[in-house]
Amino acid sequence: MIEAVGLTKRYGDKTAVHNLSFQVRPGAVTGFLGPNGSGKSTTMRMILGLDNPTAGHVTISGHPYRKLPNAARHVGALLDAKAVHGGRTARNHLLSLAQLSGIPARRVDEVLGVVGLQDVARRRSKGFSLGMGQRLGIAAALLGDPQVLLFDEPVNGLDPEGILWVRNLMKALAAEGRTVFVSSHLMSEMALTADHLIVIGRGQLLADMSVQDFITANSAGFARVRTPDTEPQLREKLTSALTEAGGHVLPEQDGALRVTGLPLPRISDLAHEAGVRLWELSPHQASLEEAYMRMTQGAVDYRSTADQKAGLQQPLPPGAQPPMPVPGQGQPGWYAPPPPRQGAPGPAPAGPYGAPGAAGAGTANPYAQPVPPQTTPAEPAAAPAPSPSPSADPTTPEDAR
Amino acid sequence: MSTPQPPMPQTAPEWQAAPGSPYPAYTSPIPVVRTHLGHAVASEWTKIRSVRSTMWTLGVFVLLVVGIGLLAGMVVANSSSEMSGENALSLGFYGLLLGSMCIITLGVLTTASEYGTGMIRTTMTACPSRGRVLAAKAVVFFLVAFVVTLVSASLVAFLHVAMLEGNGADEPTGGEWLKATVGVALYIALLGLLSLAVGSMIRHSAGAITLMIGALLAPLVIALFMFSSSLEGVRQALFEYSIPNQLAIFYANSLSDSGPSGWDPLWILLGVTAVALGCAFALLEKRDV
Repeated sequence: MIEAVGLTKRYGDKTAVHNLSFQVRPGAVTGFLGPNGSGKSTTMRMILGLDNPTAGHVTISGHPYRKLPNAARHVGALLDAKAVHGGRTARNHLLSLAQLSGIPARRVDEVLGVVGLQDVARRRSKGFSLGMGQRLGIAAALLGDPQVLLFDEPVNGLDPEGILWVRNLMKALAAEGRTVFVSSHLMSEMALTADHLIVIGRGQLLADMSVQDFITANSAGFARVRTPDTEPQLREKLTSALTEAGGHVLPEQDGALRVTGLPLPRISDLAHEAGVRLWELSPHQASLEEAYMRMTQGAVDYRSTADQKAGLQQPLPPGAQPPMPVPGQGQPGWYAPPPPRQGAPGPAPAGPYGAPGAAGAGTANPYAQPVPPQTTPAEPAAAPAPSPSPSADPTTPEDAR
Repeated sequence: MSTPQPPMPQTAPEWQAAPGSPYPAYTSPIPVVRTHLGHAVASEWTKIRSVRSTMWTLGVFVLLVVGIGLLAGMVVANSSSEMSGENALSLGFYGLLLGSMCIITLGVLTTASEYGTGMIRTTMTACPSRGRVLAAKAVVFFLVAFVVTLVSASLVAFLHVAMLEGNGADEPTGGEWLKATVGVALYIALLGLLSLAVGSMIRHSAGAITLMIGALLAPLVIALFMFSSSLEGVRQALFEYSIPNQLAIFYANSLSDSGPSGWDPLWILLGVTAVALGCAFALLEKRDV
């Protein structure tokens, strides 16, 4: 159990973390999300007693980290995979850490086997790839067989096999009753791994809830409607009809329409009444990625913009088309439709839209998979995820959670 | 876990509800021991012997001390000049003066390289008792530096005495032997310990090494160019208390007749190192890693 109370850290006049309070419970994987520079790593460093908080405190099992007897046997951490001396072999690196906390040396070979580095155990870690370094860091975290584990970006640089392994490792560790606290930028990863989310932005708490609650509270599903490409006037007609009926219509890059605020059958009825044929009418579930983007939109410190190359471009040859911008770049409001207004009539349904299909037409939405039900009895409050309903049955929007 | 964890020799992980907690807590089958300085010393010993910089700096150190010592011995032995009134041990000075830079480098690297690589965060996470880590580093480094210097200096001393027997050099007394072996070894190891403390405070290898080499050479160089007579006192003090001169005192070869003598340099350096280590401990506890 990790407990932070009013945690604040200031570097000069820059506040990295402001009044952060949260709890990380055992028996569950808790995801820790936030944009670059939002204070995730600072928070983790304060949990581990590396940085002293300016105000507030954080305890692990009731003790400040630096007061824990044999802290390494209680807490294992992967902060930065490159936090090793590159000239030391993997085995000697782990051996020095094992000796420091009185762990038998054979445990070193054991964890090297667990992370799959036994063949390079006697090679200097300078030559390790990013993924191998990450595995070494995970080995160091597992070394003390601790009951509390902190991972900062554990899947950074891992191959698909490694990502799957880390995902299962986190769940297995949590299922054993350990506290697992994972920070990540990969929302898709968190959707599959985490049971609970703590989201911070600009050093302040934005959300502390289960993954399902997070998605439901912060985003909404939408319907994608496509009219025949050959008859653009039908599209205009449908847009006005849907808008009249109270829907919110957003044109997409490829000519499809993104509709919120209307259930799918109602869209179909309206199209029928207007005499518009439909080529596509598909439900889409907002992903964790979208929900996260929406939530942190206002708290992003480092925002990318479209590369204009102003003044550097050759004049286009006559007749050439300027390249189409990649969807999403420099387009505000791209990420997700607005969240459902509380109490508004006919809110955009979120629940039954569990079908695959993402912004890119034809590609399966990797985020739309349901979060697996809780495997641990530790958190009975979290509701099980809804099973994906086939898109052939997009009815009953009212039971949207 | 997709990669099955090899079974522990002890009992399997057991579910056990911690008292007063509604959550099941994990208990490791590996026995938890209470750690102390001994664990940290073992860890630091593993660290210092498992990096190449240790082998390089100590290798170059031995090479310089023994190599230059032999060269000086041979030159003097083959020259016609008689070493009347001097003892053969004093020839060990040149190699040791150059070699001390290697010990300084190793001392700085022992602490500062952890900051450069980020290893310090891993170390301090594994052992939040920061003072214990620094103490272990100091103990391990001091012993390594002392032993290596003692062996090299003794070897050179024996060689010199053997080579220069026929040149009329004085037979060194027991006290002179002690100073030329144990004395200089303690002095050089303390100099390294001071570098270790400076490295811990500055947290930057290149910066700390530069500072320490500067402290080693600058006073002597500055004093050399102090021609103004009004600065005579400062010049004298710089000469007398410069590290090369203090080292020379162990061989009874001081630049001046006043100033420190006998074992004084050791006590001076001991005081300075103690202060520096104290500051390093205080800063380490106070600062963020």
